[in-house]
Amino acid sequence: MSNNESGALARFGVTDRDIEQALGRVKVSAVDYADLYFEYCQSESVSMEEGIVKRATKSVGQGVGVRATAGEKTGFAYSDELTPKDLNIAADTARYIANSVQGTAPVPVTHRPALVRNLYPHDRATIEVATRDRVTLLNAIDAEARRYDPRIKNVMAAYNTEYKVMLVATSDGLMVGDIQPLSRLQVTCIAEENGNRQVGTFGGGGRIGLDYFQNDQRYLRFAREAAREAILNLSAVDAPAGVMPVVLGGGWPGILLHEAIGHGLEADFNRKKTSAFSNLMGKKVASDVCTIVDDGTLPFRRGSLNVDDEGTPTSRTVLIEKGILRGYITDKLNARLMGIPVTGNGRRESYQSVVLPRMTNTFMLAGESDPQDIIKSVKKGLYAVSFGGGQVDITNGKFVFSASEAYLIEDGKITRPVKGATLIGSGPDILKQVSMVGHDLKLDEGIGTCGKEGQSVPVGVGLPTIRIDEITVGGTKA
Amino acid sequence: MTRMIGEQDYTTVAQDLLARASKQGATAADVMVADGETLSVQVRMGAVDRLTKAREKRMGLRVFFGQRSASASTSDFSRDSLDRFVQEICALAQAVVEDPVSGLPERGQLATEFPELHIHDATKLQTDEQIALALRAERAAFAADSRITNSEGGECDSSSGRIILANSHGFLGQYANSSFSLSVSPIASDAAGMQRDYWYGVNRTFAKLESPEAIGQEATRRTVRKLGARKVATCRVPVIFDPEVAGSLLSHLCSALSGYALYKGASFLIGQLGQQIAPDFVTIYDDGRMPGGLGTRPFDGEGLPTRKQAVVERGRLMSYLLDTYSGKKLGLPSTGNAARSIGESPSAGPTNFYMVPGTTRPEDILASVKQGLYVTDLIGFGINMVTGDYSRGASGFWIENGELAYPVEEITIASNLKQMYSTMETIGSDLVFRGRIASPTVKIAEMMVAGN
Repeated sequence: MSNNESGALARFGVTDRDIEQALGRVKVSAVDYADLYFEYCQSESVSMEEGIVKRATKSVGQGVGVRATAGEKTGFAYSDELTPKDLNIAADTARYIANSVQGTAPVPVTHRPALVRNLYPHDRATIEVATRDRVTLLNAIDAEARRYDPRIKNVMAAYNTEYKVMLVATSDGLMVGDIQPLSRLQVTCIAEENGNRQVGTFGGGGRIGLDYFQNDQRYLRFAREAAREAILNLSAVDAPAGVMPVVLGGGWPGILLHEAIGHGLEADFNRKKTSAFSNLMGKKVASDVCTIVDDGTLPFRRGSLNVDDEGTPTSRTVLIEKGILRGYITDKLNARLMGIPVTGNGRRESYQSVVLPRMTNTFMLAGESDPQDIIKSVKKGLYAVSFGGGQVDITNGKFVFSASEAYLIEDGKITRPVKGATLIGSGPDILKQVSMVGHDLKLDEGIGTCGKEGQSVPVGVGLPTIRIDEITVGGTKA
Repeated sequence: MTRMIGEQDYTTVAQDLLARASKQGATAADVMVADGETLSVQVRMGAVDRLTKAREKRMGLRVFFGQRSASASTSDFSRDSLDRFVQEICALAQAVVEDPVSGLPERGQLATEFPELHIHDATKLQTDEQIALALRAERAAFAADSRITNSEGGECDSSSGRIILANSHGFLGQYANSSFSLSVSPIASDAAGMQRDYWYGVNRTFAKLESPEAIGQEATRRTVRKLGARKVATCRVPVIFDPEVAGSLLSHLCSALSGYALYKGASFLIGQLGQQIAPDFVTIYDDGRMPGGLGTRPFDGEGLPTRKQAVVERGRLMSYLLDTYSGKKLGLPSTGNAARSIGESPSAGPTNFYMVPGTTRPEDILASVKQGLYVTDLIGFGINMVTGDYSRGASGFWIENGELAYPVEEITIASNLKQMYSTMETIGSDLVFRGRIASPTVKIAEMMVAGN
């Protein structure tokens, strides 16, 4: 099946006429823009614990979301029934914000661009893997983690896949569909020694299928990494507390950019002037060595999309260029209200949620420093290579993210592992503290899920090794 | 409580599904159907920002083939689709491994009485009424202080729904519930920058929802007091959690007490049943039958009756939170705490979970601290459930000589949850239910504060 609208349309059992009439009903003169978003999503999960694969779940859902925007207002309704009658009810509800009687002239949907590229071509069979193949994979992970070290006492692993078909038809006359596969493998190990119990996790995935995990026995590497982190944490000492230099390793520590910078540059917060970054466009917000982009066009990446949920092709948006704030992350509504370009970042969790400007894959471009030199430059500080979640208060700019694997740096050398600690800083200030950027840009393994207004969407991050001269580390040791 | 809120009788759909599963060879099954409708109104700067209206339904089925089991859910209730749905899940169940502990609860454990619990209010709000409430809350926030210069908006939501649970032991239960909520999030600014906070009310009965004016004024009080916040030096001091953030400490306790976390070895409370985990003035209840409670329901996600039980009594851990499966893994009976998402196997979680208030007024707790931290907000996920290690971003107020001296931000507080519970020093008298989990003000003897 190709990633285009004709296949999708057939799946939803709606006709061009149904769509054009519903759009006509909602797109009255007081409405600036309207769209219908059809979605079919099938997700499957198989999980293992205590050495047996005991849970298998499957979920199927489909529906349509109808949205109308008028000025700053948004009217939204959704239905899990796709009959013309249900489409019309949703259209009438969405139109409520325009205080207007229903439109009668259908909106012709004539612009049906073929996708210019397919970032994640796939064989459906590799996404909808037979349960027994998933079971085999998880059993092998359990064995590998336990083989890694006898102190590994429990292994939990889950293999989740999602097969989503979307189709969006807009009052601009655009109709575009896409098939968006998503797979993720997550391993958690618990290690125990003399009553000391520690946890380690590792996971990854993307818009890929089972073959990705099978290549070079990648799934076994996931098992070893989770086991390694759990064993390492058995010997971790208390983390230090206070302000100190911190070196972040490449890849997933890019969550720093997501929390500290990314959310604050989403257009909705800036249009409403509720972001700590409001009014900083063109200003210096980072040191010269920092260039940060949001790029939804990376093949097979978890955060990538051929088109966003408003039918706009995704793009590479420069957010910060050599320290200067250059761009916002936009959807159609906020781009129109702010008079700035649409960047293809209009995303929604499902047909049940409204479109918001959201990140795709956010990362810092590689610099020129040697990663070893960066570590050597620190007399006393922290080297953090893996993180759990993070969070930001958009308005005052304060963000946190929590290390799950970190080490002390003493006299330029990595010494002991330390227990997890939360790092806290201020978004508009923290990147001014970045004094060295490594040449080793790495993207994360494909594990990130971003939450905003209760909606979760898959995202990616990336980072080269960087040195932050000063950041507050929330350990327990004075 | 059992009145119908939809036009279709989903109990027959549920029973039909059980029959189909049995025909496919399933030895046992249970099915959960939920339907509901929601109207959500968001306003911002005195105008409507977003209206969302939806009606939805979803059905989840779990089947057993001996001791193999699988779960699935769908929103497509058409006859043809249901046939395929049942076939697929039966195939799925036969592909997984036998789990000797799996199965439905015993017939005799299932709920047989369904008392009125006051969790459904049939009040239907019109869109314009909800818009007016949200606008009043936002207007009250602006009117309360001239330093409120912007707003993330006000929101008024109403929802009602129905849950039906049936299983192959012949259990059939249903209940309806409703929820009404109102919140506002003002932004205050001064030369130093912006601060945002929010306040909210939520109730199952519309008439009991706090007034928009009270919510708006409280939101503003909480917001403007943050202006001028600064960092403090790294230090080890007593920390007071206001009721909102103290509730998060109870949430972490719930996670650690979940039977699933315990049998997997992923909880810092393993082996602590019957042990002293907090001082003797700490008592914590889980009460699934509290009239009108946001966590109240007549039966749990497996059909067992809910109840009121002491989880911690005078500092001693008296009970875990268990469903049938996790209970069996630990050699204990279910505590009626099966939580269930449609189409998932049960998990274990709290109903209405609260700490019994003490006798000390919050201002007297404050007065007991010479130098310390009063926390009103926490961010981040720096909690390790396996070890109890705790490190989160915080903001609030610096306490000097028993009084709030100035607002603080960009600091972290760190300790270990075991340590925090065992060194609770005072429990406030100010318990208010504003969610399923509620706590009075709590003072902890000492934590590490990281700042400058």
